[in-house]
Amino acid sequence: MISSLCLATALGAGQDKTWDALVRGRSALAPCRFDRLPIAAYAGEAGGLNDAPLIGDWAPFDCRNNRLAEQALRADGFEAAVERAKALYGPSRIGLFTGTSTSGILQTEEAYRQLCPMNGTLPPGFDYDRTHNTYALGRFVRTRLGLAGPSFTISTACAATAKVFAAASRMVAAGLCDAAVVGGADSFCATTLFGFQSLGVMAEGPCRPFDAERSGISIGEGAGFALLERADAAAAGEALMLLGTGESSDAYHMSSPDPEGRGAEEAMRRALSHAGLRPEAIDYIHMHGTATLAGDAAEDKAVTTLFGAHTPRSSTKGFTGHTLGAAGIVSAAIGALSIQHGFLPGSPHTSRLDPAFASGHLLEGREARVDRVMCNAFGFGGVNCAVILGRAA
Amino acid sequence: MIPLFVEGIGLCGPGLAGWALSLPILTGKTPYVPAPLAVPPASLLPANERRRAPQSVRLALAAGAEAFEAAGMSPATTPAVFASSGGDGETIHSILETLAGPDPALSPTRFHNSVHNVAAGYWSIATGARTPATSLCAHDGSFAAGLIEAGAQAMAERDAVVLIAYDLPYPGPLALARLIPEALAVALVLSPAPRGVGRMRIDLNLSSHRGAVTAASPPDLEPMRRTVPAARCLPLLAALACRAPAEITLDYLDDLALHIRVGPADAA
Repeated sequence: MISSLCLATALGAGQDKTWDALVRGRSALAPCRFDRLPIAAYAGEAGGLNDAPLIGDWAPFDCRNNRLAEQALRADGFEAAVERAKALYGPSRIGLFTGTSTSGILQTEEAYRQLCPMNGTLPPGFDYDRTHNTYALGRFVRTRLGLAGPSFTISTACAATAKVFAAASRMVAAGLCDAAVVGGADSFCATTLFGFQSLGVMAEGPCRPFDAERSGISIGEGAGFALLERADAAAAGEALMLLGTGESSDAYHMSSPDPEGRGAEEAMRRALSHAGLRPEAIDYIHMHGTATLAGDAAEDKAVTTLFGAHTPRSSTKGFTGHTLGAAGIVSAAIGALSIQHGFLPGSPHTSRLDPAFASGHLLEGREARVDRVMCNAFGFGGVNCAVILGRAA
Repeated sequence: MIPLFVEGIGLCGPGLAGWALSLPILTGKTPYVPAPLAVPPASLLPANERRRAPQSVRLALAAGAEAFEAAGMSPATTPAVFASSGGDGETIHSILETLAGPDPALSPTRFHNSVHNVAAGYWSIATGARTPATSLCAHDGSFAAGLIEAGAQAMAERDAVVLIAYDLPYPGPLALARLIPEALAVALVLSPAPRGVGRMRIDLNLSSHRGAVTAASPPDLEPMRRTVPAARCLPLLAALACRAPAEITLDYLDDLALHIRVGPADAA
């Protein structure tokens, strides 16, 4: 079961702020302030990071990505939940499986602009291991939370923090740990902003998932973590459960999805099979829906093939932006909120649904009982992952 | 404890040109002679992708292809776990240089080659595998992390899985911040039950009190083990090459090691 969840995005730190924005239809996207970007892109920038350096023992880890992770860890009573779990299982029996795409590479981008003019070396104080390296995030969170179990950082582009749910449940099943913290963070860096712009998949203005006029993504910052434990009888009923995960590969192209959506469909099929559920059991699909022409079309095809036209579905990228490596945990957190509050979020900047798409897309949020949610996350390299969350009963 | 059976091994490193040629070195029959890395052409890849694939991908694919050939299995139906400390450092360096310069325009190919799962992506295209592929990092402990992830997958799915671990030197200023002097890739096709005769069995256990980590054998390989994250596998490879029962301890995290019992499958 998922006994605790924390979240920080451009909508604010904490699930309440996210929830409030989803219900009110308030998007956090605003003109991107990153220097030199040649298009009028919008982005979802997390607040409060510039003046919140990591200090004391954590100072060596200081970089934008770890600051964002810290912001999430402080939200939603997550630290207290982890302390309770440490007392119960022991720190060495709690695994930590994090995900990120670019970790703290922003730090290295800045360092490359300050190379020593004499010998070309990086500036003093640059700490590769604790900022740039992909595992810098895992190392920071593991130290910060005082965990001592198995740990690694998955970096499978925009599906990274969906895959951590699958990895953690296998580690618990294999007996290497009794509980796990999963999640991750991705924050702004020039590598991804200029990279997506170079691919021609970044929108001018805010992103419009599944809109007939959609023109690409808006990048967002996001971090979130979940505490996974074996369900106990006392918690059954209303407890939020990780019901299943499914993973697949497109085997098609490094940066374009298979237009038939076969890989996405396979990941969702595997998740249903893992959960022992039929497609009808899913009440809401939290789509990956990044608002690229090809990605949205492939996902719509995959979802419609598997679920038909009617299962309600939406992408919340118009609220938060595409949080890249954090998209999986943000998706899971919003899925969990939709179950908890009985509300299906809409898609703020989507004004006219692409007529080629099936009818289940929600543009406006609405109330509905939700017992089980499918959360999708797909990424470069043709990597696909679907996570099903739901009530125990 | 995670029990696994080794179906096939691939190796590509400096002076370690494939598993078959490395066997006499790892068993101590012939001395280790350092030699420049020779990466076989990525014949698995379609021509377009072969042109675009960076060196890390060629290296990882070479080890993976050799392991599947040895196992006599198809990569198209086998899930894959890639483990690397830094992904493709050359691509990262080149992007960082461009971004620090006057014109920050990036090449789209270079951008998609910069993701940590670049080798996993090309691998699935090359093999046609629609099975899951993951890519993970635990800094110097990336090999051990990949091995437990591969083991947990094999156990959960009751099916074979391939682990491909690779690392390459960073060029430019990052070479000093993260010293990885050599490039090496290793691939292990692993299954939860032996598929062929004469397979070796490995039992994985985490041990939180870190004893002495097993050194590389022969000792000439120890500097590589210490400095190349993927080469943290060398003590395991030596034990597998010798085909005798052994207990080894691999580097994982600061406070956690990976203990492996190695032995012939039928003796377990």
